[in-house]
Amino acid sequence: MKALCVAVAIATVMASSPPVLAASEPPPGAASCSGCHTSGAAAATTSVSRLYGRDAGDIMTAMTGFRDGSLPATVMNRIAKGFTDDELRAIAAWLAAQK
Amino acid sequence: MGISHRISRREFCGAGAATVAALAFPLPAFAQSAARVVVIGGGFGGASCARALKAIDPKLQVTLVEPNKTFIACPFSNNVIAGLRSIEEQQFGYDKIAAGGVTVVAQAATAVNAAARTVSLADGTSLAYDRLVLSPGVDLRFDALQGYNEAAAAKMPHAWKAGEQTLLLRKQLEAMDDGGLVVIAAPANPFRCPPGPYERACLIAHYLKTKKPRSKLLILDAKDTFSKQRLFQNAWKELYPGMIEWVSLSQGGKVNAVDAATNTLITDFGNHTAQVANVIPPQRAGRIAEIAGATDKTGWCAIDPVTFESKSAPNIHVIGDACLAGAMPKSAFSANAQAKVCAAAIATLISGGTPATPKLINTCYSLAAPGYGISVAGVYHPKNGLLADVEGAGGVSPADAPREFRTREADYAQSWFATITAEVFG
Repeated sequence: MKALCVAVAIATVMASSPPVLAASEPPPGAASCSGCHTSGAAAATTSVSRLYGRDAGDIMTAMTGFRDGSLPATVMNRIAKGFTDDELRAIAAWLAAQK
Repeated sequence: MGISHRISRREFCGAGAATVAALAFPLPAFAQSAARVVVIGGGFGGASCARALKAIDPKLQVTLVEPNKTFIACPFSNNVIAGLRSIEEQQFGYDKIAAGGVTVVAQAATAVNAAARTVSLADGTSLAYDRLVLSPGVDLRFDALQGYNEAAAAKMPHAWKAGEQTLLLRKQLEAMDDGGLVVIAAPANPFRCPPGPYERACLIAHYLKTKKPRSKLLILDAKDTFSKQRLFQNAWKELYPGMIEWVSLSQGGKVNAVDAATNTLITDFGNHTAQVANVIPPQRAGRIAEIAGATDKTGWCAIDPVTFESKSAPNIHVIGDACLAGAMPKSAFSANAQAKVCAAAIATLISGGTPATPKLINTCYSLAAPGYGISVAGVYHPKNGLLADVEGAGGVSPADAPREFRTREADYAQSWFATITAEVFG
Protein backbone atom coordinates (compact mmCIF):
# COMPACT_ATOMS: atom_id res chain seq x y z
CA MET A 1 0.00 0.00 0.00
CA LYS A 2 2.79 2.34 0.95
CA ALA A 3 4.68 1.43 -2.21
CA LEU A 4 1.58 2.14 -4.25
CA CYS A 5 1.22 5.57 -2.58
CA VAL A 6 4.82 6.38 -3.38
CA ALA A 7 4.36 5.27 -6.96
CA VAL A 8 1.23 7.39 -7.29
CA ALA A 9 3.06 10.36 -5.75
CA ILE A 10 5.94 10.01 -8.21
CA ALA A 11 3.55 9.64 -11.11
CA THR A 12 1.70 12.77 -9.97
CA VAL A 13 4.90 14.78 -9.69
CA MET A 14 6.00 13.60 -13.15
CA ALA A 15 2.62 14.41 -14.67
CA SER A 16 2.50 17.90 -13.20
CA SER A 17 6.12 18.88 -13.86
CA PRO A 18 6.43 21.53 -16.56
CA PRO A 19 7.37 20.29 -20.02
CA VAL A 20 11.06 20.60 -20.78
CA LEU A 21 11.20 21.85 -24.34
CA ALA A 22 14.72 20.70 -25.08
CA ALA A 23 14.01 17.14 -23.96
CA SER A 24 10.93 16.67 -26.13
CA GLU A 25 12.17 18.56 -29.16
CA PRO A 26 12.85 16.19 -32.03
CA PRO A 27 16.39 16.17 -33.46
CA PRO A 28 16.86 17.42 -37.05
CA GLY A 29 14.71 15.41 -39.45
CA ALA A 30 12.78 13.41 -36.84
CA ALA A 31 9.60 15.50 -36.94
CA SER A 32 9.09 14.60 -40.61
CA CYS A 33 8.80 10.83 -39.97
CA SER A 34 5.23 11.00 -38.69
CA GLY A 35 4.09 12.26 -42.10
CA CYS A 36 4.05 8.59 -43.15
CA HIS A 37 4.70 6.58 -39.97
CA THR A 38 1.79 6.74 -37.53
CA SER A 39 2.41 8.68 -34.34
CA GLY A 40 -0.95 8.69 -32.57
CA ALA A 41 -2.65 5.73 -30.94
CA ALA A 42 -5.87 6.68 -32.75
CA ALA A 43 -4.24 6.52 -36.16
CA ALA A 44 -5.54 4.21 -38.82
CA THR A 45 -3.83 0.86 -39.32
CA THR A 46 -1.66 1.03 -42.40
CA SER A 47 1.04 -0.98 -44.12
CA VAL A 48 3.69 1.53 -43.03
CA SER A 49 5.38 0.56 -39.78
CA ARG A 50 4.93 2.55 -36.59
CA LEU A 51 8.24 3.92 -35.26
CA TYR A 52 7.34 5.44 -31.92
CA GLY A 53 8.57 3.24 -29.08
CA ARG A 54 10.55 0.96 -31.40
CA ASP A 55 14.01 -0.20 -30.39
CA ALA A 56 16.57 2.47 -31.32
CA GLY A 57 19.08 -0.14 -32.46
CA ASP A 58 16.52 -1.70 -34.82
CA ILE A 59 15.72 1.70 -36.33
CA MET A 60 19.43 2.43 -36.75
CA THR A 61 20.07 -0.96 -38.39
CA ALA A 62 17.18 -0.42 -40.80
CA MET A 63 18.24 3.12 -41.73
CA THR A 64 21.89 2.25 -42.35
CA GLY A 65 20.74 -0.78 -44.35
CA PHE A 66 18.44 1.38 -46.48
CA ARG A 67 21.22 3.91 -46.94
CA ASP A 68 23.85 1.46 -48.19
CA GLY A 69 21.35 -0.54 -50.24
CA SER A 70 21.75 -3.80 -48.28
CA LEU A 71 18.06 -3.62 -47.29
CA PRO A 72 15.49 -3.33 -50.07
CA ALA A 73 13.28 -0.24 -50.02
CA THR A 74 10.95 1.82 -52.18
CA VAL A 75 11.51 5.31 -50.78
CA MET A 76 13.45 4.92 -47.52
CA ASN A 77 16.73 4.38 -49.40
CA ARG A 78 16.33 7.83 -50.98
CA ILE A 79 15.55 9.40 -47.60
CA ALA A 80 18.22 7.58 -45.54
CA LYS A 81 20.93 8.97 -47.84
CA GLY A 82 20.17 12.43 -46.49
CA PHE A 83 21.38 11.64 -42.96
CA THR A 84 24.72 11.02 -41.24
CA ASP A 85 25.26 8.27 -38.66
CA ASP A 86 25.09 10.81 -35.83
CA GLU A 87 21.84 12.23 -37.15
CA LEU A 88 20.34 8.77 -37.54
CA ARG A 89 21.36 7.80 -34.02
CA ALA A 90 19.69 10.92 -32.60
CA ILE A 91 16.53 10.31 -34.63
CA ALA A 92 16.40 6.63 -33.62
CA ALA A 93 16.84 7.48 -29.92
CA TRP A 94 14.13 10.14 -30.09
CA LEU A 95 11.67 7.85 -31.91
CA ALA A 96 12.34 5.07 -29.40
CA ALA A 97 11.55 7.45 -26.54
CA GLN A 98 8.17 8.49 -27.99
CA LYS A 99 5.01 6.75 -26.85
CA MET B 1 18.14 61.63 -46.96
CA GLY B 2 16.11 64.48 -45.54
CA ILE B 3 13.04 62.35 -45.52
CA SER B 4 14.12 60.44 -42.43
CA HIS B 5 14.01 63.63 -40.41
CA ARG B 6 10.52 64.50 -41.49
CA ILE B 7 8.76 62.08 -39.18
CA SER B 8 5.05 62.70 -39.33
CA ARG B 9 3.05 63.03 -36.16
CA ARG B 10 1.34 59.72 -36.85
CA GLU B 11 4.58 57.81 -37.39
CA PHE B 12 6.04 59.34 -34.25
CA CYS B 13 3.03 58.31 -32.17
CA GLY B 14 3.16 54.86 -33.68
CA ALA B 15 6.82 54.44 -32.79
CA GLY B 16 6.15 55.79 -29.30
CA ALA B 17 3.31 53.39 -28.74
CA ALA B 18 5.47 50.47 -29.82
CA THR B 19 8.19 51.50 -27.37
CA VAL B 20 5.68 51.76 -24.53
CA ALA B 21 4.29 48.38 -25.43
CA ALA B 22 7.78 46.87 -25.44
CA LEU B 23 8.49 48.32 -22.01
CA ALA B 24 5.17 47.18 -20.62
CA PHE B 25 5.70 43.63 -21.83
CA PRO B 26 9.40 42.81 -21.61
CA LEU B 27 10.28 39.59 -23.40
CA PRO B 28 10.71 37.30 -20.34
CA ALA B 29 7.09 38.03 -19.41
CA PHE B 30 5.97 35.92 -22.35
CA ALA B 31 7.64 32.88 -20.87
CA GLN B 32 5.87 33.46 -17.55
CA SER B 33 2.34 34.21 -18.70
CA ALA B 34 1.01 32.14 -21.57
CA ALA B 35 2.39 33.34 -24.87
CA ARG B 36 -0.16 33.74 -27.65
CA VAL B 37 0.33 32.16 -31.05
CA VAL B 38 -2.26 32.75 -33.75
CA VAL B 39 -2.27 30.44 -36.77
CA ILE B 40 -4.15 31.55 -39.89
CA GLY B 41 -5.26 28.75 -42.20
CA GLY B 42 -6.52 25.29 -41.22
CA GLY B 43 -4.99 23.14 -43.94
CA PHE B 44 -2.17 20.62 -43.65
CA GLY B 45 0.27 23.38 -42.60
CA GLY B 46 -1.78 25.48 -40.21
CA ALA B 47 -3.68 22.68 -38.48
CA SER B 48 -0.44 20.70 -38.03
CA CYS B 49 1.32 23.75 -36.62
CA ALA B 50 -1.46 24.58 -34.14
CA ARG B 51 -1.47 21.01 -32.85
CA ALA B 52 2.33 20.78 -32.71
CA LEU B 53 2.58 24.05 -30.74
CA LYS B 54 0.12 22.76 -28.17
CA ALA B 55 1.92 19.40 -27.98
CA ILE B 56 5.33 21.02 -27.46
CA ASP B 57 4.12 23.46 -24.82
CA PRO B 58 0.56 22.98 -23.49
CA LYS B 59 0.77 26.37 -21.77
CA LEU B 60 0.83 28.23 -25.06
CA GLN B 61 -2.43 29.96 -26.03
CA VAL B 62 -2.88 28.70 -29.57
CA THR B 63 -5.66 30.02 -31.80
CA LEU B 64 -6.42 28.55 -35.21
CA VAL B 65 -8.25 30.94 -37.54
CA GLU B 66 -10.09 29.12 -40.33
CA PRO B 67 -13.43 30.20 -41.80
CA ASN B 68 -14.41 26.78 -43.17
CA LYS B 69 -15.90 24.26 -40.74
CA THR B 70 -14.84 21.40 -43.00
CA PHE B 71 -11.45 21.01 -44.62
CA ILE B 72 -11.43 19.33 -48.03
CA ALA B 73 -8.05 17.79 -48.80
CA CYS B 74 -6.43 18.16 -52.23
CA PRO B 75 -4.26 15.01 -52.14
CA PHE B 76 -6.31 12.15 -53.63
CA SER B 77 -8.86 14.62 -55.06
CA ASN B 78 -7.73 13.55 -58.54
CA ASN B 79 -9.25 10.17 -57.63
CA VAL B 80 -12.54 11.96 -56.95
CA ILE B 81 -12.36 13.60 -60.39
CA ALA B 82 -11.82 10.17 -61.94
CA GLY B 83 -14.78 8.66 -60.08
CA LEU B 84 -12.55 6.43 -57.95
CA ARG B 85 -13.28 8.05 -54.60
CA SER B 86 -16.01 10.04 -52.86
CA ILE B 87 -15.51 13.66 -51.85
CA GLU B 88 -16.56 12.69 -48.31
CA GLU B 89 -13.30 10.77 -47.95
CA GLN B 90 -11.51 14.09 -48.47
CA GLN B 91 -13.35 15.90 -45.69
CA PHE B 92 -12.05 16.59 -42.20
CA GLY B 93 -13.25 18.68 -39.25
CA TYR B 94 -11.59 20.64 -36.46
CA ASP B 95 -13.36 19.12 -33.42
CA LYS B 96 -10.39 16.99 -32.32
CA ILE B 97 -8.01 19.92 -32.71
CA ALA B 98 -10.31 22.05 -30.53
CA ALA B 99 -10.62 19.22 -27.99
CA GLY B 100 -6.83 19.25 -27.69
CA GLY B 101 -6.86 22.80 -26.36
CA VAL B 102 -6.48 24.82 -29.56
CA THR B 103 -9.01 27.66 -29.80
CA VAL B 104 -10.56 27.26 -33.24
CA VAL B 105 -12.10 30.48 -34.56
CA ALA B 106 -14.36 29.99 -37.58
CA GLN B 107 -13.70 33.40 -39.07
CA ALA B 108 -11.75 34.77 -42.00
CA ALA B 109 -8.73 36.89 -41.12
CA THR B 110 -9.11 40.23 -42.89
CA ALA B 111 -6.07 42.21 -41.73
CA VAL B 112 -2.79 41.91 -39.84
CA ASN B 113 -1.19 44.78 -37.96
CA ALA B 114 2.42 43.62 -37.66
CA ALA B 115 3.44 46.58 -35.46
CA ALA B 116 0.61 46.12 -32.95
CA ARG B 117 0.72 42.33 -33.43
CA THR B 118 -3.00 41.92 -33.96
CA VAL B 119 -5.14 40.03 -36.47
CA SER B 120 -8.51 41.47 -37.51
CA LEU B 121 -11.33 39.03 -38.20
CA ALA B 122 -14.32 39.32 -40.54
CA ASP B 123 -16.73 39.72 -37.61
CA GLY B 124 -14.93 42.91 -36.51
CA THR B 125 -13.11 41.38 -33.54
CA SER B 126 -9.35 41.07 -33.30
CA LEU B 127 -6.78 38.69 -31.83
CA ALA B 128 -3.50 39.72 -30.23
CA TYR B 129 -0.42 37.56 -30.78
CA ASP B 130 3.18 37.22 -29.76
CA ARG B 131 3.91 35.11 -32.85
CA LEU B 132 1.74 34.72 -35.92
CA VAL B 133 1.83 31.76 -38.31
CA LEU B 134 0.43 32.21 -41.81
CA SER B 135 -0.51 29.03 -43.64
CA PRO B 136 -2.96 30.46 -46.17
CA GLY B 137 -2.18 28.14 -49.06
CA VAL B 138 -2.48 29.55 -52.55
CA ASP B 139 -4.74 32.02 -54.27
CA LEU B 140 -5.47 31.32 -57.91
CA ARG B 141 -4.47 34.25 -60.09
CA PHE B 142 -7.57 35.27 -61.95
CA ASP B 143 -5.58 38.11 -63.56
CA ALA B 144 -2.94 35.94 -65.24
CA LEU B 145 -4.70 34.31 -68.22
CA GLN B 146 -6.80 36.62 -70.31
CA GLY B 147 -10.45 35.63 -69.95
CA TYR B 148 -9.86 33.29 -67.03
CA ASN B 149 -11.67 34.85 -64.08
CA GLU B 150 -13.90 33.33 -61.39
CA ALA B 151 -16.89 33.29 -63.74
CA ALA B 152 -14.84 31.41 -66.35
CA ALA B 153 -13.79 28.90 -63.67
CA ALA B 154 -17.45 27.91 -63.28
CA LYS B 155 -17.31 26.76 -66.94
CA MET B 156 -13.65 25.71 -67.20
CA PRO B 157 -12.87 24.37 -63.71
CA HIS B 158 -9.42 24.64 -62.18
CA ALA B 159 -10.20 22.02 -59.52
CA TRP B 160 -7.01 23.17 -57.81
CA LYS B 161 -8.82 23.76 -54.53
CA ALA B 162 -10.74 20.67 -53.57
CA GLY B 163 -14.51 20.88 -53.20
CA GLU B 164 -17.15 22.17 -55.62
CA GLN B 165 -14.56 22.61 -58.35
CA THR B 166 -13.47 18.97 -57.99
CA LEU B 167 -17.06 17.79 -58.37
CA LEU B 168 -17.68 20.15 -61.29
CA LEU B 169 -14.79 18.67 -63.26
CA ARG B 170 -15.99 15.15 -62.42
CA LYS B 171 -19.54 15.99 -63.62
CA GLN B 172 -18.23 17.46 -66.85
CA LEU B 173 -16.24 14.29 -67.56
CA GLU B 174 -19.29 12.15 -66.80
CA ALA B 175 -21.44 14.27 -69.14
CA MET B 176 -18.92 14.21 -71.99
CA ASP B 177 -19.62 12.01 -75.03
CA ASP B 178 -17.19 9.26 -75.97
CA GLY B 179 -14.66 10.68 -78.40
CA GLY B 180 -14.46 14.07 -76.69
CA LEU B 181 -11.33 16.12 -76.10
CA VAL B 182 -10.24 16.88 -72.53
CA VAL B 183 -7.62 19.63 -72.17
CA ILE B 184 -5.56 20.31 -69.05
CA ALA B 185 -3.71 23.64 -68.97
CA ALA B 186 -0.72 23.36 -66.59
CA PRO B 187 1.02 26.46 -65.16
CA ALA B 188 4.68 27.43 -64.94
CA ASN B 189 6.56 26.87 -61.68
CA PRO B 190 6.11 27.45 -58.82
CA PHE B 191 2.62 26.17 -58.09
CA ARG B 192 0.79 23.92 -55.63
CA CYS B 193 1.48 20.19 -56.11
CA PRO B 194 4.00 20.02 -58.99
CA PRO B 195 3.10 16.43 -60.05
CA GLY B 196 -0.65 17.12 -59.69
CA PRO B 197 -1.55 18.00 -63.30
CA TYR B 198 0.18 14.85 -64.59
CA GLU B 199 -1.37 12.54 -62.02
CA ARG B 200 -4.68 14.12 -62.98
CA ALA B 201 -3.99 13.37 -66.64
CA CYS B 202 -3.34 9.73 -65.72
CA LEU B 203 -6.47 9.27 -63.65
CA ILE B 204 -8.72 11.09 -66.13
CA ALA B 205 -7.21 8.86 -68.85
CA HIS B 206 -8.00 5.86 -66.66
CA TYR B 207 -11.63 7.00 -66.51
CA LEU B 208 -11.74 7.67 -70.26
CA LYS B 209 -10.11 4.33 -71.12
CA THR B 210 -12.69 2.56 -68.98
CA LYS B 211 -15.80 4.52 -69.94
CA LYS B 212 -15.10 6.60 -73.07
CA PRO B 213 -12.21 4.92 -74.87
CA ARG B 214 -12.35 6.98 -78.08
CA SER B 215 -11.64 10.19 -76.14
CA LYS B 216 -8.32 12.08 -76.03
CA LEU B 217 -6.51 14.11 -73.40
CA LEU B 218 -4.27 17.04 -74.27
CA ILE B 219 -1.95 18.72 -71.76
CA LEU B 220 -0.99 22.27 -72.69
CA ASP B 221 2.00 23.16 -70.54
CA ALA B 222 3.69 26.46 -69.68
CA LYS B 223 6.97 24.62 -68.99
CA ASP B 224 9.37 22.23 -70.69
CA THR B 225 9.95 19.81 -67.82
CA PHE B 226 7.82 18.60 -64.93
CA SER B 227 7.92 16.54 -61.75
CA LYS B 228 8.44 12.76 -62.17
CA GLN B 229 8.34 13.41 -65.93
CA ARG B 230 9.96 10.19 -67.17
CA LEU B 231 7.84 8.05 -64.84
CA PHE B 232 4.64 9.75 -65.95
CA GLN B 233 5.52 9.60 -69.63
CA ASN B 234 6.41 5.90 -69.34
CA ALA B 235 3.09 5.28 -67.59
CA TRP B 236 1.18 7.14 -70.31
CA LYS B 237 2.75 4.89 -72.97
CA GLU B 238 2.28 1.73 -70.95
CA LEU B 239 -1.22 2.32 -69.59
CA TYR B 240 -2.90 4.76 -71.99
CA PRO B 241 -1.24 4.33 -75.40
CA GLY B 242 -2.27 7.01 -77.88
CA MET B 243 -4.60 8.73 -75.45
CA ILE B 244 -2.49 11.46 -73.79
CA GLU B 245 -0.59 14.16 -75.70
CA TRP B 246 1.70 16.59 -73.87
CA VAL B 247 2.56 19.90 -75.52
CA SER B 248 5.52 21.59 -73.82
CA LEU B 249 6.25 25.31 -73.60
CA SER B 250 8.76 25.14 -76.46
CA GLN B 251 6.21 23.26 -78.59
CA GLY B 252 3.73 26.10 -78.05
CA GLY B 253 1.91 24.65 -75.04
CA LYS B 254 1.61 27.82 -72.98
CA VAL B 255 -2.00 28.95 -72.66
CA ASN B 256 -2.23 32.76 -72.76
CA ALA B 257 -5.97 33.23 -72.84
CA VAL B 258 -9.25 31.36 -72.74
CA ASP B 259 -12.73 31.90 -74.14
CA ALA B 260 -15.12 30.38 -71.63
CA ALA B 261 -18.13 30.86 -73.95
CA THR B 262 -16.68 28.40 -76.47
CA ASN B 263 -14.45 26.35 -74.08
CA THR B 264 -11.41 27.43 -76.09
CA LEU B 265 -7.81 27.62 -74.87
CA ILE B 266 -5.58 30.02 -76.77
CA THR B 267 -1.82 29.63 -77.23
CA ASP B 268 0.65 31.50 -79.44
CA PHE B 269 0.34 28.67 -81.95
CA GLY B 270 -3.38 28.15 -82.14
CA ASN B 271 -6.70 27.49 -80.47
CA HIS B 272 -7.88 24.29 -78.84
CA THR B 273 -11.59 23.84 -78.27
CA ALA B 274 -12.25 21.27 -75.58
CA GLN B 275 -15.30 19.32 -74.52
CA VAL B 276 -13.88 19.51 -70.99
CA ALA B 277 -11.29 22.18 -70.17
CA ASN B 278 -9.39 22.04 -66.88
CA VAL B 279 -7.49 25.31 -66.53
CA ILE B 280 -4.93 25.35 -63.71
CA PRO B 281 -3.92 29.01 -63.57
CA PRO B 282 -0.76 30.55 -62.08
CA GLN B 283 -0.91 31.02 -58.32
CA ARG B 284 0.43 33.12 -55.48
CA ALA B 285 0.38 33.05 -51.68
CA GLY B 286 -3.05 33.37 -50.08
CA ARG B 287 -4.18 36.99 -49.88
CA ILE B 288 -3.67 37.44 -46.12
CA ALA B 289 0.09 36.96 -46.64
CA GLU B 290 0.20 40.02 -48.88
CA ILE B 291 -1.99 41.99 -46.45
CA ALA B 292 0.45 41.07 -43.65
CA GLY B 293 3.40 42.35 -45.69
CA ALA B 294 4.93 38.90 -45.97
CA THR B 295 4.98 38.54 -49.77
CA ASP B 296 7.72 39.69 -52.12
CA LYS B 297 7.44 40.76 -55.75
CA THR B 298 6.88 37.15 -56.83
CA GLY B 299 3.66 36.98 -54.80
CA TRP B 300 5.16 34.32 -52.50
CA CYS B 301 6.71 34.63 -49.03
CA ALA B 302 10.46 34.60 -48.45
CA ILE B 303 11.29 32.93 -45.13
CA ASP B 304 14.19 32.12 -42.84
CA PRO B 305 14.87 28.41 -43.45
CA VAL B 306 15.49 27.70 -39.75
CA THR B 307 12.42 29.35 -38.20
CA PHE B 308 10.13 29.98 -41.21
CA GLU B 309 9.93 33.59 -40.00
CA SER B 310 9.10 36.00 -42.80
CA LYS B 311 12.07 37.92 -44.20
CA SER B 312 9.91 41.05 -44.43
CA ALA B 313 7.43 40.82 -41.53
CA PRO B 314 8.92 40.23 -38.05
CA ASN B 315 7.18 37.81 -35.66
CA ILE B 316 5.23 36.39 -38.60
CA HIS B 317 6.07 32.88 -39.80
CA VAL B 318 4.90 31.47 -43.13
CA ILE B 319 4.61 27.74 -43.88
CA GLY B 320 3.15 25.52 -46.56
CA ASP B 321 2.34 26.39 -50.16
CA ALA B 322 2.54 30.16 -49.50
CA CYS B 323 6.24 30.19 -48.56
CA LEU B 324 9.30 30.09 -50.78
CA ALA B 325 10.87 26.97 -49.33
CA GLY B 326 13.73 26.69 -51.82
CA ALA B 327 14.00 23.13 -53.11
CA MET B 328 11.00 21.87 -51.10
CA PRO B 329 7.95 21.42 -53.32
CA LYS B 330 4.53 22.81 -52.43
CA SER B 331 2.97 19.65 -51.06
CA ALA B 332 0.84 18.61 -48.10
CA PHE B 333 3.79 16.55 -46.82
CA SER B 334 6.06 19.60 -47.00
CA ALA B 335 3.48 21.80 -45.25
CA ASN B 336 3.13 19.27 -42.42
CA ALA B 337 6.90 18.86 -42.04
CA GLN B 338 7.45 22.62 -42.10
CA ALA B 339 4.65 23.11 -39.55
CA LYS B 340 6.35 20.87 -37.01
CA VAL B 341 9.75 22.55 -37.48
CA CYS B 342 8.14 26.00 -37.30
CA ALA B 343 6.21 25.08 -34.12
CA ALA B 344 9.40 23.88 -32.40
CA ALA B 345 11.25 27.04 -33.47
CA ILE B 346 8.44 29.28 -32.17
CA ALA B 347 8.35 27.47 -28.82
CA THR B 348 12.12 27.87 -28.54
CA LEU B 349 12.01 31.56 -29.49
CA ILE B 350 9.25 32.23 -26.96
CA SER B 351 11.26 30.55 -24.20
CA GLY B 352 14.24 32.74 -25.12
CA GLY B 353 16.32 30.06 -26.83
CA THR B 354 17.94 29.73 -30.23
CA PRO B 355 16.19 27.30 -32.63
CA ALA B 356 18.30 24.38 -33.81
CA THR B 357 19.14 24.01 -37.50
CA PRO B 358 16.49 21.66 -38.89
CA LYS B 359 16.35 18.99 -41.54
CA LEU B 360 13.13 18.34 -43.38
CA ILE B 361 11.79 15.56 -45.56
CA ASN B 362 9.25 15.55 -48.34
CA THR B 363 7.65 12.53 -49.97
CA CYS B 364 5.01 12.89 -52.68
CA TYR B 365 3.16 9.95 -54.15
CA SER B 366 1.22 10.08 -57.40
CA LEU B 367 -1.02 7.45 -58.91
CA ALA B 368 -0.68 6.67 -62.59
CA ALA B 369 -3.64 4.30 -62.19
CA PRO B 370 -5.30 2.53 -59.29
CA GLY B 371 -2.61 0.25 -57.83
CA TYR B 372 0.19 2.01 -59.76
CA GLY B 373 2.09 4.48 -57.58
CA ILE B 374 5.22 6.55 -58.16
CA SER B 375 7.01 8.86 -55.77
CA VAL B 376 9.49 11.67 -55.39
CA ALA B 377 11.32 12.26 -52.12
CA GLY B 378 13.83 14.78 -50.84
CA VAL B 379 15.77 15.73 -47.72
CA TYR B 380 16.38 19.44 -47.14
CA HIS B 381 18.54 21.64 -44.95
CA PRO B 382 19.18 25.38 -44.67
CA LYS B 383 21.96 26.51 -46.98
CA ASN B 384 22.77 30.06 -48.05
CA GLY B 385 19.50 31.31 -46.57
CA LEU B 386 17.32 28.80 -48.41
CA LEU B 387 16.15 25.23 -47.94
CA ALA B 388 18.40 23.22 -50.24
CA ASP B 389 18.47 19.56 -51.24
CA VAL B 390 20.83 17.43 -49.17
CA GLU B 391 23.11 16.22 -51.94
CA GLY B 392 23.02 12.53 -52.70
CA ALA B 393 19.59 12.06 -51.13
CA GLY B 394 16.12 12.04 -52.61
CA GLY B 395 14.95 11.42 -56.15
CA VAL B 396 12.15 9.60 -57.90
CA SER B 397 11.09 5.96 -58.07
CA PRO B 398 13.26 3.84 -60.37
CA ALA B 399 12.18 3.93 -64.02
CA ASP B 400 12.72 0.20 -64.50
CA ALA B 401 10.93 -1.04 -61.38
CA PRO B 402 8.65 -4.09 -61.67
CA ARG B 403 4.90 -3.62 -61.41
CA GLU B 404 4.97 -5.04 -57.87
CA PHE B 405 7.04 -1.99 -56.84
CA ARG B 406 4.37 0.33 -58.30
CA THR B 407 1.68 -1.61 -56.42
CA ARG B 408 3.54 -1.17 -53.15
CA GLU B 409 4.00 2.56 -53.74
CA ALA B 410 0.27 2.89 -54.47
CA ASP B 411 -0.39 1.15 -51.17
CA TYR B 412 2.04 3.48 -49.39
CA ALA B 413 0.26 6.45 -50.95
CA GLN B 414 -3.00 5.34 -49.33
CA SER B 415 -1.19 4.75 -46.03
CA TRP B 416 0.38 8.20 -46.19
CA PHE B 417 -3.01 9.86 -46.63
CA ALA B 418 -4.55 7.90 -43.74
CA THR B 419 -1.59 8.65 -41.48
CA ILE B 420 -1.13 12.32 -42.22
CA THR B 421 -4.82 13.16 -41.99
CA ALA B 422 -4.95 11.28 -38.65
CA GLU B 423 -1.96 13.25 -37.38
CA VAL B 424 -3.41 16.57 -38.50
CA PHE B 425 -7.16 16.17 -37.89
CA GLY B 426 -7.80 12.83 -36.14
